[in-house]
Amino acid sequence: MASEERIIDIGHLCKSFGEKKVLDDINLYVRKGEFLTLLGPSGCGKTTLLRMIAGFMRPDSGSILLEGKDILDTPPHLRPLNTVFQRYALFPHLDVYDNIAFGLKLKKVPEEEIDKRVRKVLKLVAMSDYEDRDVETLSGGQQQRIAIARAIVNRPKVLLLDEPLAALDLKMRKDMQIELKEMHQKLGITFIYVTHDQEEALTLSDTIVVMNEGKIQQIGTPTDIYNEPVNSFVADFIGESNILNGTMIEDKRVSFIGHDFDCVDKGFGENVPVDVVIRPEDIYIKKNTEGEQFTGTVRSCTFKGVHYEMFVDTDSGNELMIQDYNAFEPGTTVGMHIRPGDIQVMKKERTQNSYRASVVADGRVSFLGAEWECSTDGFSAGDEVIARIAFGKVDLLDHEDEAVTTGNVDFILYKGNHYHLTIKTESGEKIWVDTNDVWDKNDFVGIRIAPKDIQIVKADDGNE
Amino acid sequence: MMKGGRIFAKIYLWVLMAVLYAPIVFIAVFSFTEAKSLGNWTGFSLRLYQNLFTGSMQNSAGLLSAVKNTVLIALAAATAATILGTLAAIGISKLKPRNRAVMSFLNNIPMINPDIITGVSLFLLFVFLHISQGYTTVILAHITFCTPYVVLNVMPKLSQLNPNIYEAALDLGATPMQALRKVLVPALRPGMISGFILSFTMSLDDFAVTFFTRGTIGLDTLSTFIYTDARKGGLTPELKPLMTIIFLIILVVLLLINIRNSKNDNKR
Repeated sequence: MASEERIIDIGHLCKSFGEKKVLDDINLYVRKGEFLTLLGPSGCGKTTLLRMIAGFMRPDSGSILLEGKDILDTPPHLRPLNTVFQRYALFPHLDVYDNIAFGLKLKKVPEEEIDKRVRKVLKLVAMSDYEDRDVETLSGGQQQRIAIARAIVNRPKVLLLDEPLAALDLKMRKDMQIELKEMHQKLGITFIYVTHDQEEALTLSDTIVVMNEGKIQQIGTPTDIYNEPVNSFVADFIGESNILNGTMIEDKRVSFIGHDFDCVDKGFGENVPVDVVIRPEDIYIKKNTEGEQFTGTVRSCTFKGVHYEMFVDTDSGNELMIQDYNAFEPGTTVGMHIRPGDIQVMKKERTQNSYRASVVADGRVSFLGAEWECSTDGFSAGDEVIARIAFGKVDLLDHEDEAVTTGNVDFILYKGNHYHLTIKTESGEKIWVDTNDVWDKNDFVGIRIAPKDIQIVKADDGNE
Repeated sequence: MMKGGRIFAKIYLWVLMAVLYAPIVFIAVFSFTEAKSLGNWTGFSLRLYQNLFTGSMQNSAGLLSAVKNTVLIALAAATAATILGTLAAIGISKLKPRNRAVMSFLNNIPMINPDIITGVSLFLLFVFLHISQGYTTVILAHITFCTPYVVLNVMPKLSQLNPNIYEAALDLGATPMQALRKVLVPALRPGMISGFILSFTMSLDDFAVTFFTRGTIGLDTLSTFIYTDARKGGLTPELKPLMTIIFLIILVVLLLINIRNSKNDNKR
């Protein structure tokens, strides 16, 4: 369906609102005719990127090429693109027909042709009998159809859709997804679609671009993204997953949850810490324990319509989520195995916290916008150093007293037997923490580190 | 006891209505008699109406030109204020929330500012700027105190509007000017109309500001004419039918607007 020809080429796009980087060096191309989805949590920059392509916002730097021509200086009304807005943005003073004909009338298209095209597009969105209706008397789903019709009647080179289904109820949303997909196939127009709904992205797209905090995390087909997430953010955001700490023993051999497994990944090196992702439907669960790779006890079992969702405590004290067509009663001892091809190994983005720091005085260093006590043997005041702290050595407190600095829980990842938290500190930096305590997103935390757990090394030693 | 209370409430209401409407009814009734001094009933007559429309009365030219001035000034000021106020409201709505609150506050001050202060300060400003006073200054002054009312009427319409509607117009190929004309203005029209009507009536019955900004060229609006006329020794009797006619016009306009609004509400 999608050709190799590029219709949009985005290079090194950056945008900041004050201190906050909304888009950080975005590089992306869109092939002619494809259905590309920008997917990410709210505030990841996906809507900003779409608005820049439409021309409602200018980047600080970078380029956007449409069919090889730079369009940054082209105002929105001259770009051959059309947008379907969130909450429709229909013109309340015009009826359905005039809303759809708006763009064509501006382009001075002859009356009969407008009439023909409006009727054709109304038929396409299954709204033929509604042309004289006042748009405010239509339901949400109907307004959405008119908004799509109003955009595609102009035959844009690219159709931009900004969370077009977010305001609809679940049933309606599912129906519209199918219709959108069919419409895309029928029209052959390139679609760029923005959503925070991973299921919608997987259903609709030829290509998914996963974004977080202004950066592209991964670009790939829905199967790529689902089966081979490149980092724990993507793995966690797309679908359900078990994300676990592991060690790559050698090529095609990985160890996690206390057992060694064959896998298909290689090139990580030997005895390297990695993240391992196992999808819940990829763990085979059996009643007999003999001949299985590992065993465990079922803790809970919930019917989910098509399958059962079970939480199993493994023999090594990890918790795994498993989906299976068969139900296993809580308390049952079960055996499990995982096929090599279903184990997704990912390079760890970091293995410890590491900050540029400076020695303030004997026994005191400054980093993360605060001063910390630690051993500074071999350094003197004014030295630039690197401070390293293991994930598990950071204490989180629920109050400010005794804390050196404070922050908020930004991201939570469950790793089978502990939580891996990302904390945004007061200074706007991040610290990663392994803990067994349960915290909620956005919780306020006090941060404390024991002096012996802060390791100081020479600045030029650490290249992190 | 309960019954007595209800009777009291009814009496109270009627007394209140009487106090509010007695002066208007009084003028309307006495516009249909010939007596020069108010309160003397000398039998039913349409003489005063006849005088008003044929111009056979003392200082008829002065009264007619005052009416003409009043209407022209009100039309000019209300039109200019509607345009300025609508644009200002669109601008304010695009500000960041903090600045928007500040601007809305600044917009409210001229409305609660006593007319006399607005009048005197405008008078001083025009003198300071060496602008000769007359038509221009009166219209400028009226635009000044009318604009905030238009802003106040258009702002709620803007906040009800889908924030993307302007961008949707651009997206479909409208230039910024076309987007304003074909999408924003029609969507804001109800607010602009009520702003215009309010401005028109504010301008129509203004006395203090006009008095201080009309200069010495003998420009009179209805309010300043009546003021001078009354000081010259009694009101011209023909003012009674004129007041009655103005009151009726306003009443009809008000009824029309109400009927229109209730029709619109039913449609929703």
